[in-house]
Amino acid sequence: MWELIRANRRRSVLLFMFMGIGLILLGAAIGYYFNPAGMGIDGIIIALLIWIIMSLISYYNGAKILLSASKAKKVSPDVHPQLYNIVEEMKIAANLPAMPEIYIINEEAPNAFAAGRDPQHAVVAVTAGLLTRLNRDELQGVIAHEMAHIYNRDIRFMTLAGVMLGSIVLISEIFLRGMLYTGGGARYRSSGSKGGQGQAIMMIIALVLAILVPIFAGLLYYAISRKREYLADATGVRFSRYPEGLASALEKISGTKIEMKTANKVTAPMYISLPFQKGKKAAAGLRSTHPPIQERIRILRSMQGAGFLSYQEAYNEVKGSGAHIIPGSGLKETDDPGIRKAFDSGDAPGLKTVKRNTGDLMMKMNGYTFINCNCGLRIKVPPDYKKNTIICTKCGTKHRL
Amino acid sequence: MTTLYVTIAIIAIVFIGFVGIYNALVRLRNQVKNGWSQIDVQLKRRHDLIPNLIETVKGYMTHERETLENITAYRSKAMSASGIGEKAQAEGLLGGALGQLQVAVEAYPDLKANQNFLSLQEELSSTENKISFARQSYNDQVLFFNNKIQMFPSNIVAGMFSFKEEEFFEIEDPAEKAVPKVKF
Repeated sequence: MWELIRANRRRSVLLFMFMGIGLILLGAAIGYYFNPAGMGIDGIIIALLIWIIMSLISYYNGAKILLSASKAKKVSPDVHPQLYNIVEEMKIAANLPAMPEIYIINEEAPNAFAAGRDPQHAVVAVTAGLLTRLNRDELQGVIAHEMAHIYNRDIRFMTLAGVMLGSIVLISEIFLRGMLYTGGGARYRSSGSKGGQGQAIMMIIALVLAILVPIFAGLLYYAISRKREYLADATGVRFSRYPEGLASALEKISGTKIEMKTANKVTAPMYISLPFQKGKKAAAGLRSTHPPIQERIRILRSMQGAGFLSYQEAYNEVKGSGAHIIPGSGLKETDDPGIRKAFDSGDAPGLKTVKRNTGDLMMKMNGYTFINCNCGLRIKVPPDYKKNTIICTKCGTKHRL
Repeated sequence: MTTLYVTIAIIAIVFIGFVGIYNALVRLRNQVKNGWSQIDVQLKRRHDLIPNLIETVKGYMTHERETLENITAYRSKAMSASGIGEKAQAEGLLGGALGQLQVAVEAYPDLKANQNFLSLQEELSSTENKISFARQSYNDQVLFFNNKIQMFPSNIVAGMFSFKEEEFFEIEDPAEKAVPKVKF
């Protein structure tokens, strides 16, 4: 397991180097175009500065930004004891050093994400709709997937890679727009006839780079992101030892045609399942951060065990390809703990129950208390209710608070 | 002169490798210890939950006196067990008895509707899960550590500082057994 993280890290460094070279090339070309005397060094410095500042902000505040964008609320264990228990179970299975903070998002669409720069500062957020729709095994599958992201250091990596992609896009966008409005900017130094030709060539090179680098950096980023999703599925199953849990959770998540209100283009890649494409056709394969959900389910269902080797075999079988999704050192048969028995085969609750439970959960999160009256009515007491007693509206019984 | 330098260099390299291996062994042994304490915490939690559980179900389960008595007996046996092997055996028996109780509960719909029982049941099954996950993780660490002790060159360092192989924590529980792997 440890070698797996290391192998993963080596791959990440490689990707970073490629993207970094792209960033530097872009900076150099643009810098050279505007100021040939600087040999492109100033352009590189500006490009790197943009990247470093953006990285620092997202490294230290990424989780906070993400949580406030999704309006997630930190909850204590008693709001949903089962959720807390499951997170703790997976924390033990993953051998993480600290318990992640748990957040619930006030949304009906079932979804979840993990955030935080390292396992000591990790956060797991799930929507209220997810909690009420899934049974224990399914919820465990989803949490295991999220913990796998934390375990594999995917969050930090994807945040930093995303920021690098963002910097590349930002720089080329500024350059391209600048070109559009100044008509090439050549008028600044039309007198320097000697540099005229070199400048024109440089402009073309800069233009080509400004168009191509973001595209290739994007493709690279999406490819790695998809690979990490597969790896998180495999690692999560290794933790929970129950592939069917995640498979049927993904099925329920993809079968629910509710879009998330609080997710946007920037936060979408962080979720276990993309929050927008429900019902629509899946995004064109190469430009998606997530693999097609149906494929993920098929792979999970073809697994013969719960180890990495089983996942790799299932992946090759479903995709019909020999691609390696797990770094070689993770593929050891002895590492397979075997599939455990199902814990919970409880009946799926009807839509009406789901809606009511979701509403109750959201109220509980917001500080409501519930009183069960003997007449069968459930009284919901708002948090700002001042009096000591409350009267049941159906039978008139007085309840003490 | 060159021979001297070469000799010094070789000695230095060997020494650095030696220190590295020793530190790795210590780190692994600490991870094993930590893994064990994770299991221990959960076993204690299981023992703490049982009296509450018995108290709650006693009123409902009038025909299961024997199962309940078994659980109480196995619990005290498990609490007094020492050593990994003995503990594993006692906890296995306790786990089996708790499993029987879970099955027996199905015959008591009133009990299954009791909120207190439901939250206890969630706590207990979560504790069972935690024990099983902690065990898995502990055994992984032990395997890693034992491999290191047996393999060259770390076996030399392990022998010199008498690092001992650690014991696996195996609970005999039929429900825990993995589904056999089918190969085509």
